[in-house]
Amino acid sequence: MSTLAYDGTALLGRQLRRLRNNPGLLILTQTMPITMLLFFAYVLGSALAMPGAEYRSFLVPGLLVATAANGIMTGMFQAAQDTHRGVTDRLRSLPISRAAVPLGQAVADLVVTAAGTVPLLLVGLAMGWRVEGSVLGAVGAVGLLLLFRFATTWAGILLGLLTRSEEAAGQLGGATFVLPLLSNAYIPTDGMPGWLRTVAEWNPISAATTALRDLFGNAPVPDGAAWPVAHPVAGSLAWCAVLLAVCVPLAVRRYAHGER
Amino acid sequence: MTTTYAVLSEGLEKRFGQVRAVRGLDLAVAAGTVCGVLGPNGAGKTTAVRLLTTLLPPDAGSARVAGHDLVREADAVRRRIGVTGQYASVDGDLTGRENLRLFARLHRVPGAAARAAELLGDLGLTEAADRPASTYSGGMRRRLDLAASLVRRPDVLFLDEPTTGLDPAGRNRIWEAVRRLKADGTTVLLTTQYLEEADQLADTIALVDRGRVTQTGSPAEFKALVGAHAEVVVADPDAMAKAAAVLDQLTGGEPSFDRERNAVGAVTRDITLTLPRLVRELDAAGVPLLDASLRPPTLDDVFLRLTATEGPTDTEELTDTKEHAA
Repeated sequence: MSTLAYDGTALLGRQLRRLRNNPGLLILTQTMPITMLLFFAYVLGSALAMPGAEYRSFLVPGLLVATAANGIMTGMFQAAQDTHRGVTDRLRSLPISRAAVPLGQAVADLVVTAAGTVPLLLVGLAMGWRVEGSVLGAVGAVGLLLLFRFATTWAGILLGLLTRSEEAAGQLGGATFVLPLLSNAYIPTDGMPGWLRTVAEWNPISAATTALRDLFGNAPVPDGAAWPVAHPVAGSLAWCAVLLAVCVPLAVRRYAHGER
Repeated sequence: MTTTYAVLSEGLEKRFGQVRAVRGLDLAVAAGTVCGVLGPNGAGKTTAVRLLTTLLPPDAGSARVAGHDLVREADAVRRRIGVTGQYASVDGDLTGRENLRLFARLHRVPGAAARAAELLGDLGLTEAADRPASTYSGGMRRRLDLAASLVRRPDVLFLDEPTTGLDPAGRNRIWEAVRRLKADGTTVLLTTQYLEEADQLADTIALVDRGRVTQTGSPAEFKALVGAHAEVVVADPDAMAKAAAVLDQLTGGEPSFDRERNAVGAVTRDITLTLPRLVRELDAAGVPLLDASLRPPTLDDVFLRLTATEGPTDTEELTDTKEHAA
């Protein structure tokens, strides 16, 4: 375990240096969610039946979770890029733990995400969003958000190792943009047709969003929703547990075998 | 004295779906030597290197690399090898120095920063050390790749087509580095499509075709397989028969005639035959000699000869190889 920690730390350093050398990417990934937040709050929000201030409080947790779900995209893109460019095999030729590389990537992503959440929250506060529940609840919300990001990043790493091609990962990653649209992150699910509502409520993004709204005290848990949304904290934790239990072993195995 | 082998593989197999990329690879590389693995595109060279460097698990067969079992002691093998190839590259978003420090740390090299600086100096990259690797030229990038595989002074270094796509200057710098490594006692296994590269660097050559080693030997032994080509041009067509008789006696090869140029040629297996002797004997026989040449075989001749019988696909690949070489 100590070697895993040592290697993981070295690889975490690698990811952070990459960002420092490539600030454009960092700026893009940090400003995109803020742009989306403003767009939904003032462009789309202006046409919704829900009053503006109420919608903005509703929207901020949704956008936090939707941004966290981008872990699939960034995890996939980076894993595919490393594989495609030969960095993965260089690392695999070293006498290091087979789990160290994906773990280093996932943890580095988490650090960057945690830092990136701060400006998003500040813009939210400026828009009128507030923590309306307890401090403990808010801390729990942030913890859950980061756990959700960690889980989706591992899903992305697995997909990236499977696709291998940078281009394919880029295209597939772009497609993950629709995932938050099929959830309650931006709009409530009650108005959706029955079958779509079911799909949206079984989307892990919906459970996590509902949990954040509940923990921040922004909106109550909706009545008559599917189980993961009706029990949002348990539902979110279950989703994260399932994602991690499936994706971590498969990604590490895939990484160790390196078939191509 | 028994030979110590740095690489010893028996019957290594690797299959990708229906394709048997490597089928029964037997390879022995003596410690401290340079082995050139030569073969056309698609012969299985890269898969062979990926197997021998633990990057791919073999489907069958076994191998010992640097004294350790490839499968059961994979980590011990990884500690003693370095690998450079188009698939085992450095991180373009990091600087040269950051890359080497990272790999040195991961290799548990004490004084990672000092080792990185030393390697950057050795490979002429000090000036570019703090630029992102993505801004390097092809030759610099390849030297950085090489440096990355040397952070821990490997016992066995695997170089998969180390100079493909480089200009002559870039190629020479890699060659110099390989010669220095060999002088320091490092075993080097390098794959190449360039026969000249094998001729320049390798102590032994393993010819790989369709996933197995078809022939091994020193460059000189390979050349002796083909022999030198002697050709004489005579002043008078009537003298051709006499010239052919002398050539036949000297070379033991079947003479060929070019009647337009009054030329007679023959391939000699006798690698001690020299041009002065050829000229003296022809002159003594009264052949009116205008021109004579004795061209030593190139590995290209060998390569063409040894793979010429293999069928149409290989011929196409050989054409490819020639284009790359040109």
